[in-house]
Amino acid sequence: MDKSKVTPPDISVDKLVKGDRDEIARFVETYSARVYRLGMKILNNEQDAEDILQETFLKAIRGLPTFEGRSSLSTWLYRIATNEALMLLRKRHPETISIDAPTEDDDEDNEALEIVDWSHQPESELLEKETRQKIDSAASQLPLGLREVFMLREMEGLSVKETAEVLDVSESVVKTRLLRARMKLRRELTRYFVEKQKKEVADE
Amino acid sequence: MSEHTDCHDYCAMISEFIDGELSSELCTKLEEHLAGCTNCTVVLNTMKKTIDIYHESNEPAELPEGVKKRLYSSLSLADYIRK
Ligand SMILES: [Zn+2]
Repeated sequence: MDKSKVTPPDISVDKLVKGDRDEIARFVETYSARVYRLGMKILNNEQDAEDILQETFLKAIRGLPTFEGRSSLSTWLYRIATNEALMLLRKRHPETISIDAPTEDDDEDNEALEIVDWSHQPESELLEKETRQKIDSAASQLPLGLREVFMLREMEGLSVKETAEVLDVSESVVKTRLLRARMKLRRELTRYFVEKQKKEVADE
Repeated sequence: MSEHTDCHDYCAMISEFIDGELSSELCTKLEEHLAGCTNCTVVLNTMKKTIDIYHESNEPAELPEGVKKRLYSSLSLADYIRK
């Protein structure tokens, strides 16, 4: 994974803890866009993403004196953000929030779809806008538990270990959820390409 | 899963395999299986591509002006915005 994406340009935790405003501003500048994007991907709502962005930094800045440096600053911040997101979701939709998806639907596989190899299509086809929109929307519809893991891993580039730290789950839980998330998206894309091919044949 | 490893079990290893997190023992087993199983090979190829496509379509993290303004105000850092 590309570490440079998540490692800060040496922000001084000491200065942050002492309340150095310049450093706090740098901290906010460094991470705010990422926290906002993560919020958007988990919550699928601009206002909610903005709310947890503010809440996350308020809590983080207030909580800096208790930051023990056992995890990296970014992991710690993501942890606050995902907790805030979860609390907000619970408040909004107490009835619909289950962290884990039912497992049955992972197995309701259509064998015919399973063996369609669309991976050899030219890049230009694979990266069409429509394809990208398709995967983006499929990712946004993953069950919450899978979505969190997927976004932290694939979007933020966190390692399995870091993702486990952020979500306070074991590494094997992260691996399992990641597998399921990737399988689901793979299946969505397979369906999409199969449909597309059918349409193209029909048009000829 | 020693004796009864089937395609379903192998598919479950593919994600870790892609990340290079699979133990070398399982790696060998999986590679042997892939050599003779089209189904699992397709799952591997298309899963790799799925991840690639996602990475390619990943938009950069951006903070809309208004969101940034309100964030900095809420943190009493408004004076840091104009620079
Ligand atoms: Zn197989």
